[in-house]
Amino acid sequence: MVDIKVLISCIPLFPLLGFLVIGLNVHKLSHKTSSYVACGSVLISFFLSIIVFAELLGLPPDQRSLNVTILRWISTMGFSSNIAFLVDPLSSVMLLVITGVGFLIHVYSIGYMHDDAGFSRFFSYLNLFIFFMLLLVLGSNYLLMFVGWEGVGLCSYLLIGFWFKNHDYNKAANKAFIMNRIGDLGLLLGVILIFINFGSIDYEMVFASASSVNVTTLTWITVLLFIGAMGKSAQIPLYTWLPDAMAGPTPVSALIHAATMVTAGVYMVARNNILYSLSPVALQLVLVVGLCTALFAATIALMQNDIKKVLAYSTVSQLGLMFVALGLGAYASGIFHMATHAFFKALLFLGAGSVIHALQGEQDIRRMGGLKKYLPVTYMTFFIAVLAISGIPPFAGFFSKDEILAHAFAQNPLVWGIALLASLLTVFYMFRLFFLTFFGNARAGEGIMHHIHESPKSMAVPLIVLAILSFIGGFMNVPGALGGSTWLADYLSPAFHSDFAGEHHLDHTTEYMLMASVVGLTVIVIAVAYLNFVKKKKVPLEDGQLRGAASMVYHKYYVDEIYDRTVVRPLHWFARIADDVIEKLALDRLINSVGQLITGSSNVLRKVQNGSIGFYIFVMVLSIIVILTLTTVAEL
Amino acid sequence: MMTIFLIFWPLVIALGIFAFKPANAKLVAFVSALVELAVCLFMFVGFDSRNATAWNYQIPWVPSLGINFSVGMDGISFLLVLLTTGLMPFIILSSFKTPNQKPADFYALMLLMQMALVGVFTALDGFLFYVFWEMALIPIYFICLIWGDENRAPVTFKFFVYTLAGSLFMLMALLYLYYQTPGAHTFDIQALYKAGRALSSAQQGVIFWGLFLAFAIKMPVFPFHTWQPDTYTVAPMEGTMLLSGIMLKMGFYGLIRWLLPVVPLGVHEWALTAVVLSVIGIVYASIIAINQKDFKRLIAYASIAHVGLISAGVLTSSKIGLQGALIQMLSHGILAFALFYICEIISTRASTRTISSLGGIRVGAPILTTVFVVVILGTVALPFTSGFVGEFLLLNALFQYNYILGALGGLTIILGAVYMLHAFQYMMLGKHSPQASRVSDLTRHEKIVLYPIVILIFMIGIYPDPLLQISEVAVADLLEGFSNFSAKVK
Repeated sequence: MVDIKVLISCIPLFPLLGFLVIGLNVHKLSHKTSSYVACGSVLISFFLSIIVFAELLGLPPDQRSLNVTILRWISTMGFSSNIAFLVDPLSSVMLLVITGVGFLIHVYSIGYMHDDAGFSRFFSYLNLFIFFMLLLVLGSNYLLMFVGWEGVGLCSYLLIGFWFKNHDYNKAANKAFIMNRIGDLGLLLGVILIFINFGSIDYEMVFASASSVNVTTLTWITVLLFIGAMGKSAQIPLYTWLPDAMAGPTPVSALIHAATMVTAGVYMVARNNILYSLSPVALQLVLVVGLCTALFAATIALMQNDIKKVLAYSTVSQLGLMFVALGLGAYASGIFHMATHAFFKALLFLGAGSVIHALQGEQDIRRMGGLKKYLPVTYMTFFIAVLAISGIPPFAGFFSKDEILAHAFAQNPLVWGIALLASLLTVFYMFRLFFLTFFGNARAGEGIMHHIHESPKSMAVPLIVLAILSFIGGFMNVPGALGGSTWLADYLSPAFHSDFAGEHHLDHTTEYMLMASVVGLTVIVIAVAYLNFVKKKKVPLEDGQLRGAASMVYHKYYVDEIYDRTVVRPLHWFARIADDVIEKLALDRLINSVGQLITGSSNVLRKVQNGSIGFYIFVMVLSIIVILTLTTVAEL
Repeated sequence: MMTIFLIFWPLVIALGIFAFKPANAKLVAFVSALVELAVCLFMFVGFDSRNATAWNYQIPWVPSLGINFSVGMDGISFLLVLLTTGLMPFIILSSFKTPNQKPADFYALMLLMQMALVGVFTALDGFLFYVFWEMALIPIYFICLIWGDENRAPVTFKFFVYTLAGSLFMLMALLYLYYQTPGAHTFDIQALYKAGRALSSAQQGVIFWGLFLAFAIKMPVFPFHTWQPDTYTVAPMEGTMLLSGIMLKMGFYGLIRWLLPVVPLGVHEWALTAVVLSVIGIVYASIIAINQKDFKRLIAYASIAHVGLISAGVLTSSKIGLQGALIQMLSHGILAFALFYICEIISTRASTRTISSLGGIRVGAPILTTVFVVVILGTVALPFTSGFVGEFLLLNALFQYNYILGALGGLTIILGAVYMLHAFQYMMLGKHSPQASRVSDLTRHEKIVLYPIVILIFMIGIYPDPLLQISEVAVADLLEGFSNFSAKVK
């Protein structure tokens, strides 16, 4: 039997090897070989993750923590950071989601990207992404997490701008990278602050002495770390890059910008739950930001007509909901929702990709409609995903969302109310999207409808698998009120040191009432959507016909424009002023005149400026004379 | 003796190169640089950081004035010598394809430069240090003046006068210290340390500024940087590489060896001011870089920004700051070399360096693009590239020194991405521009130069440990040598 530690090291190793093999031979490998290497390496990692997971299950709960050290990395003068991995219940769940969903999306990409000239390049980037994502969750210290954190940002940048001939896409890629870097600076300073106060950046050391550091410092640390999460997980105010990131190929949107990378912030806060639990202010901030983002993004999604943009805002909103859970201290519920969301949101994106593929690139839902009978597999799987995200029992989203709402209700009914509102908006825009795409009249052009076809098997199979997961995924954690077992929360509990890891203090009657009212309201919202978009066959207005508040929401509250006016343009303006005025006019002249003063008179300088190269020798001689004179004087 | 060899071997070849046919000059220079590197690597393997005096060498030079030819290498010196000897073969190799009217003169000057640089990094005598310091200026001056772009004369002259003015302040400071040494006076470094530390706080402050000016102009630190963008822009590629890759490190080395230990009270008094200037430089130069249209000029400003962080880190007088500065100097040398080389490759083929008139180079030159991406990642300090190790340690030191300055200095990781990605996008991505279509992919020769650089970028990023170890003891010794002096005031 191979040592478990070797297996753990191999989990990120295989995608890295895949990246190197494809990346170094990008023009030599056939499409087939590239796809086999890429999918194979992730599949191996997935199997290894299962083995490691099983190994962990075999251990008593309090010993479920495995450490592997690979290499001394940056280590000097009391600072020490190794390339070392930590597998515990939290990272093992992340491993399964990343490699599992990651593998399905790799397979899907074979069909989706089949005639793209950059096929091999695409797969090398995907493998690199998986590698960095695995580092992010496996790292046993903050700096290694930061490596993964920045690495996935790089892959996101490379993949958003994958079709590099289009400058709009390149701009979206730059925007994503730069906005993420704003967050990364916060994260990095947080890590340094941890080192200053704890003398270590190893999770185990830091968590063990967490309570010995004063609360103000902990608040600073956790808030700085959370700034990182705002960037990576697209929370207010750093969320605007994510909708633009939809410029990348759709599998990328599914993998990176829905299922895995954007949940890194959720993982990070959950990982640091000890620190957050000790700082009520930071938790409050997480809660408020999450709540605002969940509601705000959901309202924008109501008015969008690009199928991927709707899903993007939906992702922002759902991530907000996860942060609500974390902010309530219900860390396990946050991770639970992260997992179910990975299933159904990946499915939604892949379904959208299938639709776009069938319609030869069309993304506007006003040009879709009536696709039900042409794309039966896509239709059925998409329907399941919509039910899951809407929280219809017994689909996955019902359980995870219900848990968050129950926690919210137990702590603060107002939070519950806002979160519920965001959820109901979600139900509406998802069904709006669903009905406009698959029901009603076919609004696409005849040329497109003529060629319409269901996607190939490599795309359909991942859809079906994800649909199954979206259906049964919720049973990992069934609330006690419904007679199930909270398996996931129990499994995760060693990683969460909070007092109320999986429990909220609601009696069963209250819980039933909550569930019933939520489900009832959801059904009503669905009925409204049905009435509007199926019965009345309403289609969103064309651009420019919107007025007032609707127009404002359609334009995403003009947040991009506000950022442009308040940050981007002033920065460029200042760059021009600094370059043309401060640098060339003020500083240069000032220095020149100081120089002239020192050298004596400007007259002398002008003479020398005639190009006399001998000037240097003159000065050298002069200095020697100075030395000699001084020496002589001293010796007298 | 090894140290002596490293200093004088380039001089011997520089003189001997005229004996060869001019056409062979570049080969002679390259082989000589390789020999020097081989010796240096051999020393690397046998390096024992606890026995740093092993390579010391001293003979009297002008005994009546207390001047000795005294050289030696501890871990700090060794890393900089390693940078010099490591980068030289690359710089020489990168110049192979450039047409050159007077190759023998050119390569002789390059080797002279190498001699002076190794001398600066190993000198243990104040006067010797000054001599090497000035000696380094002569070859680079002629390289820029003779082989530079049009408009080079006034620019080069400004550079020359500017840096010379700085070194005169240093000379005065050194002389002042010299006269404070007891007895018949000496330029011995330990004696100068002792003399400096015995001065009053006010006197040390004056010496601090005398020395700091010289070093600050060399690096250059805001607001003493105005010679730099013009000089980098008009200098020939090899000149810019020498200037930014190696020569500016003289300034940091000066801070570490000839400033911090000499006037601890002066440092205590004035370091904050100097750190503030450095941090202003980081933000200021990064913002100006955003506005640059000429890519070479953009790299020049980027260099000022990176230099600001290194100097801020050194001036914190902390162990982590110095370690970060040393590793960052190596990384910066490699990255600056690669950036200027790539810039030259593109501008030679496209006949322009203007960012907006390029575009779409990636279509015709995928390998060049990939290498460029790696170099940019190093420049923006992505983890696992060489740029990250130093930048993290430096920010760590700066943030410990002062939270606000640390956060401001940290802006470099955002702004760096802004100007670099912007330039990359409009040069390499997008639709094929007419100029860009002339840019073919890397030749075999260029690959031979750039592939090792790519490997080094990742090697230092992933396994910096051997390098960090080399200087660890030296840095600790250096700082502990005077920590009680500054502690006295606290």
